[in-house]
Amino acid sequence: MEFITRNLPYLMAGISVGGQYALIAIGYTMVYGILRLINFAHGDIFMAAGLILVYSATVMPMYLAIPLMIILTVLIGFMVERVAYKPLRSAPRMSIMISAIGVSYLLQNLALYVTGGLSQQYPAIPWISDTVTIFGSTTKRVTVITPVLTLVLVVLLVLLIKYTKIGMAMRAASRDFETSQLMGIKINSVVSMTFIIGTFLAAIGSALFFTNYTGVTPTVGAMPGLKAFVAAVFGGIGSIPGAVIGAFIIGICENIIKGVGLTTFSDAFTFALLIIILIIKPTGLFGEKEADKV
Amino acid sequence: MSKKTKMAWNVSLIVALLALLFLLEQIMPSGSMLFTVLKKGAIYALVAVSMNLLNGFTGLFSLGQAGFMLLGAYTYAILTIPPESRASVYQYYDGGIVNFAIPVPLALIAGGLIAAGFAFLIGLPVLRLKSDYLAIATLGFAEIIRAVFQWDKLGPLTNGSNLLRSFPTFQSVLYPFIVSGICIALIVMLINSTYGRAFKAIRDDEIAAEAMGINLAHHKRLAFVISSFFAGVSGGLLAMYQTTIQASMFKSAMTYEILLIVVIGGIGSVTGSCISAFLFIACSEWWLRFLDNENFYIGSFHVPLLRAGFRKVVFAVVIMAMVLFYRQGIMGTKEFSVEALQNFFRKLFVRKGVKKAGDSHE
Amino acid sequence: MSNEKRERNAVLKLENLTMQFGGVIAVDNVSLEVGKGEILSLIGPNGAGKTTAFNMVTGVYAPTNGAIYYKGEKIVQNTPQGKMKKLYQGENAGLYAGKRVIAPTPDKITKLGIARTFQNIRLFKSQTVFENILIAKHMLRTSNLFTATFHLNAREEAQMRQESEELLRIMELEDVRDELATSLPYGKQRHLEIARALATKPELLLLDEPAAGMNPQETLELTQFIGRIRGEFGLTIFMIEHHMDLVMEISDRIHVLDFGKSIAEGKPDEVRNNPRVIEAYLGGAQDE
Repeated sequence: MEFITRNLPYLMAGISVGGQYALIAIGYTMVYGILRLINFAHGDIFMAAGLILVYSATVMPMYLAIPLMIILTVLIGFMVERVAYKPLRSAPRMSIMISAIGVSYLLQNLALYVTGGLSQQYPAIPWISDTVTIFGSTTKRVTVITPVLTLVLVVLLVLLIKYTKIGMAMRAASRDFETSQLMGIKINSVVSMTFIIGTFLAAIGSALFFTNYTGVTPTVGAMPGLKAFVAAVFGGIGSIPGAVIGAFIIGICENIIKGVGLTTFSDAFTFALLIIILIIKPTGLFGEKEADKV
Repeated sequence: MSKKTKMAWNVSLIVALLALLFLLEQIMPSGSMLFTVLKKGAIYALVAVSMNLLNGFTGLFSLGQAGFMLLGAYTYAILTIPPESRASVYQYYDGGIVNFAIPVPLALIAGGLIAAGFAFLIGLPVLRLKSDYLAIATLGFAEIIRAVFQWDKLGPLTNGSNLLRSFPTFQSVLYPFIVSGICIALIVMLINSTYGRAFKAIRDDEIAAEAMGINLAHHKRLAFVISSFFAGVSGGLLAMYQTTIQASMFKSAMTYEILLIVVIGGIGSVTGSCISAFLFIACSEWWLRFLDNENFYIGSFHVPLLRAGFRKVVFAVVIMAMVLFYRQGIMGTKEFSVEALQNFFRKLFVRKGVKKAGDSHE
Repeated sequence: MSNEKRERNAVLKLENLTMQFGGVIAVDNVSLEVGKGEILSLIGPNGAGKTTAFNMVTGVYAPTNGAIYYKGEKIVQNTPQGKMKKLYQGENAGLYAGKRVIAPTPDKITKLGIARTFQNIRLFKSQTVFENILIAKHMLRTSNLFTATFHLNAREEAQMRQESEELLRIMELEDVRDELATSLPYGKQRHLEIARALATKPELLLLDEPAAGMNPQETLELTQFIGRIRGEFGLTIFMIEHHMDLVMEISDRIHVLDFGKSIAEGKPDEVRNNPRVIEAYLGGAQDE
């Protein structure tokens, strides 16, 4: 029992962080599935979502600020795709990746300009930042909410992809981009939709993530972004359930490592894990194999 | 132009450049921004060229540059801090475990070798990965290195997350120019050799390159190790320039900046990388500084929007525009040379001549 | 050439070669020999496994089962392993069990003296015609990184360049020496691919559909060209081709694959009149 009470906080924190990573990871994995692009800017969009709420919460009540934050974030995601990725659709893969890095650089610098480089206190979102007690350990309610909300959203997303027309188009596009175009799928709207869904989830993820965090800085998105990406790779990039499972595993492992006092290595662990997976099974847990044709 | 005249031109250009730098140092105040730009620019030119060797010439999209620079910088610093200063530098770790100092040039080379050694080890597995996976794995490696170097258990060696300082630095702008110049010259010689051709073949078509008897694993690792060696040396130079170093400096943002320098200069152009390194540093450290100045007036007009950080925004927008609309960068895959310059002017002249002839005909 | 004599002089020998992808057998227990100086054509309908067979010879794939010999020396050998042990549906499952697995990478095969061209042309896009050939000389170098970087291999470098120029002349590519490889017309690109393969100084040349996409005139020229380089470079040629005019004209022998299996082998006339071959190509139309 003592073992549980001692380790439960870390486990719960891990599950919670895992849920937040999952929401970001879905954005990576969906975009990669369709465009074969690592959207380096995704973590920064997540950070932007945090900043938007910081500023909007100062001028309006929370029940308006949150929807506004989600809408603006989705708009940023949509714009980024239209401006920075769409013109490069037929360019070499390296160019698109460089463009993604450019967007990331731009968003970080914009945030630096807007905030003046100071950490912005994240507003307390009522109800979810309240403190609750579970099994004798106190935590914020968000810790409990996150995994539940994550799973609900993921189920909705999977249903959307499975049963709607746009979902079918997404599946087709991720299987074969060119052919699906020839089959009359409006590829641009599919890609836009992918970015919209991805950034929508990242926006919700940011609200959950920053509630447990001290503040928002311009580079705060980079780390969770990269970790979510690792989660996506771990689960097999392109696979949504894979990304979610990967995210939970990484979230939990990371917090356990913090728990045993090796905080310095919690980030390094994620990347070591990434390198190990890429070497042993580059396609991840649920990924499909691709082969070069000679 | 014959090989000999080409050589003569290049040598005289280099001598002229060094003489000019020497002269500038005599007549201008040492605090001038120009020297900051020249010093830092030379260092960034080296690391940009080393990245270009990998990304531009071999087609390996690696983002580990900051990690290798860190290795070089730390190796340099750890090996050169004079024993008498160690007690104060390593004040939390009993003066550290290294109690000797080696000459600066040796330490720079050692920095390169350590970076190359790490590259050799991780290259074995990582280089089998395809484009974007390689990028993310090398980025991850750089992050791991950064975390490990901040670990307090390694403190006696790395001073944990504290500053390393008191190591020898350089005063003259000639120093980074000469060191970077030698390194870049070596890279250029490599690119022009049969190995350089093999690297380009791998970039163009791996499968065909392999079918032409080029051992992919061997050559990729060669490019990776060499590139990392020079990144390590540039890390050492950066330590000398900064006078203090800390692991937290070497973030992935640093790699991104180097990548952007390479892109602006032209992926696959050495001279492009050099030119763009100086331009990049000049803009970020000097020419665009006024954008950060809140009280900037043109005549009596108070320019709006200007305050700390605006420079970087403008900068990022310009870079995005370049990436989107001017993808081949300043030089594309071409190289700057006296000959190319001659041809350029000749063409300009000839075209005008042709036009005139055409006009008179009408 | 009698069978016995070829056996002794075989440059390339495939033995019980099988390639299975998942549950599909692409090449099924194929054995064949290419004699010294011979032109052997591998033909068969689309999807018969011809290119897969090539890819096994050149080290792109390791065969699932079987062995390959080059000039009497075993260069490739494999037996079903791991998951494939259970999945394997081909013949001779246990024949190579317990023997040494030999699976060299393509570059090692090329270094042995086996060069190839590709079905979908794979030239070095950003390089000139001359550079494309020069790159192929890299594998013949005796210089190392150090001597190459410091130009201590000047004599070798000069020789590489001279041999490349020579090859350009023989292949009639001199006039396009400094053009970008990909800017050449299609037929010339095929020539260049062959030239590049020859630059590695092979004894055995594998041509994967050299006449693909060519018109009858170009095909005719190519036919003569292949005949000519065989003599000039003392080559043995193993070729995949669909243009029957070309195949019947220059092949010494023809080997026919259908659904991965060997169905016929022999002189052009024998193969032309073989009922099984006709059936494979016409889909059994004769019976109906």
